[in-house]
Amino acid sequence: MNIYVCIKQVPDTETKIKLNADATGIDPTGIKWIVSPYDEFAIEEALRLRDKNPGSTVTVLSAGPARTVDAIRTALAMGADNGIQVETPETADNQLVAKALAQALKKEAKVDILFTGKEAIDDGASQTSQLIAEHLDFAHVTVVLGAEYTAQSVTCRREVEGGAIEIIEAQLPVVIAAQKGLNEPRYASLPNIMKAKKKEIKVLKLADLGVSEADQKVRVKNLQLPPPKAAGRKLSGDTAAQVQELVRLLHEEAKVI
Amino acid sequence: MAKVLIVAEHRDGRLKKATLELVSHSASSGNETHVALLGDGVQSLAADIGQAGAKVVHLAQAPELKSYTAEATTRVVAALAKSISPDVILASHTPTGRDFMPRLAARLDAGIASDCTQLSYQGNGISVRRPIYAGKATAEVEFLGSGPKLATIRANSLGAPKLDASRSAEVVPFTSFELSGLKTRVVNVVQGNAGRPDVTEASVVVSGGRSLKSAENFKILEELADVLGAAVGASRAAVDAGYRPHRDQVGQTGKVVSPSLYIACGISGAIQHLAGMRTSKTIVAVNQDSEAPIFQVADYGIVGDLFQVVPLLTQELKRVKEH
Ligand SMILES: Cc1cc2nc3c(=O)[nH]c(=O)nc-3n(C[C@H](O)[C@H](O)[C@H](O)COP(=O)(O)OP(=O)(O)OC[C@H]3O[C@@H](n4cnc5c(N)ncnc54)[C@H](O)[C@@H]3O)c2cc1C
Ligand SMILES: Nc1ncnc2c1ncn2[C@@H]1O[C@H](COP(=O)(O)O)[C@@H](O)[C@H]1O
Repeated sequence: MNIYVCIKQVPDTETKIKLNADATGIDPTGIKWIVSPYDEFAIEEALRLRDKNPGSTVTVLSAGPARTVDAIRTALAMGADNGIQVETPETADNQLVAKALAQALKKEAKVDILFTGKEAIDDGASQTSQLIAEHLDFAHVTVVLGAEYTAQSVTCRREVEGGAIEIIEAQLPVVIAAQKGLNEPRYASLPNIMKAKKKEIKVLKLADLGVSEADQKVRVKNLQLPPPKAAGRKLSGDTAAQVQELVRLLHEEAKVI
Repeated sequence: MAKVLIVAEHRDGRLKKATLELVSHSASSGNETHVALLGDGVQSLAADIGQAGAKVVHLAQAPELKSYTAEATTRVVAALAKSISPDVILASHTPTGRDFMPRLAARLDAGIASDCTQLSYQGNGISVRRPIYAGKATAEVEFLGSGPKLATIRANSLGAPKLDASRSAEVVPFTSFELSGLKTRVVNVVQGNAGRPDVTEASVVVSGGRSLKSAENFKILEELADVLGAAVGASRAAVDAGYRPHRDQVGQTGKVVSPSLYIACGISGAIQHLAGMRTSKTIVAVNQDSEAPIFQVADYGIVGDLFQVVPLLTQELKRVKEH
């Protein structure tokens, strides 16, 4: 099988976010970059599927500026076979990124299945998988907790409203967006880390893909840090008095009950 | 004034409150509000949509639309959008809305902003803000180009829907769509915790952390939730310990919620937890450590043992309700 994974490089969750001078983006200095956590489930699922189907390959794609190759190397160190970086500007929106990735995938001989994360933890958009699927005219299944594969189709368990689980069958080729719980991602092994360092990563430019910045549909006009919340009130008195006061405040001041 | 198309969501024969929230907000902002209602045998839901202020309900019914799939929904709504040319297309940022809306945007070659917590109408367009970096910042998103503007809106962001029984919508059947050759099929839906609202939709959420010490002890939070009609959420530590299923986890790697009232019991307030609940309108924290970071975002705090405070709070709310 020809298995593909799209991964995004994002700031580590612990990173403190500072805005750039004109507040249109973040100040990149001092940021530690990681593979977006849900994408690790996508990589792991791809590797497991490959290992069950001898002769298969896993190719990892990531769109972004030059630093993105580090994310691809992480995936190679986990065991992926090939890496492709698609050069996109920092300011690209999900539409531009998805179109570029879809075009890169169209250059490949055949794509049977594409794995992504259910959302990237920086923009939290949960758009890119579905956008790519539409550009490729593939089926898509999001928020996938479990999947069983046959040569023609995949049957997924996905999380829907109210804690319900939907069982959905999709014909290949398909895009699967991984939710936490799909599997337990492996750690990179030392030999794979060494091998990954030497592997060649293919680089594609927007112009190679027939995509331009005119394919961008939205742009971030400005960023704001959340206004500091006025210090809340700690209630006083014995427990019973505090509880009574809380109920009164919720009713009369906050008016939420 | 904008021509707004809202894609309705329903489950078990009931409209989502989040849909009515979008309709009511659009109508009271003076827009020509259209609603796409897809399903099989769902015409009765049009009445509530009308009461929320919609002008037209476009009713698309077919056996293939009985169970939601992104594929069929995209086909129908894209066909409808081509036929009525809305300026704006909205859905709630629920598991359903977030699933099909990007696909629809790509099909219509249109811009999309997801998980918006602020929405205002300007001329025939919209202005939206959305949290990014797990709520550490918010972004104003600008639409480029000329096509329709798509957005998914986080539930409970626009205020409670206003229903007016004297209003009704014109119901127009919409049939100009093709549903043959679908590549996805819902085999089954295994119901979850029926009876209790989902954390992402509830207007009140009661959450517990590691300090609950066992799955059984969450019963005291469930009793509190019952009095408030609330959903029960949990921190990751509580989920990892097996006290609650992952679907109840609130935070960066769980659900993002924005209820009018969030009660955090025995939750320290780690940055990853705050990412999932900091846009809640009113936050209450119960924690025995007066230095816990959760108090920095809480409007009201009780420093104390949750095993004492929570049952007392349940009692007090019951008492107040009875009067
Ligand atoms: C990549 C990543 C993603 C993460 N995603 C999430 C996420 O989605 N959601 C999430 O919640 N966390 C997430 N975390 C974990 C997060 O960092 C915290 O570890 C977690 O939120 C702590 O849970 P807690 O508050 O229940 O436990 P603790 O931090 O152990 O806090 C327990 C609190 O309970 C109080 N307490 C103890 N006993 C009582 C009592 N009897 N009465 C009252 N108070 C009491 C204590 O004072 C303490 O403040 C993530 C971490 C990482 C690294
Ligand atoms: N720049 C990118 N390069 C490769 N894959 C991406 C990129 N952005 C998003 N993705 C994939 O799409 C998923 C959803 O991302 P998003 O739509 O940004 O929430 C991510 O988990 C990745 O798998």
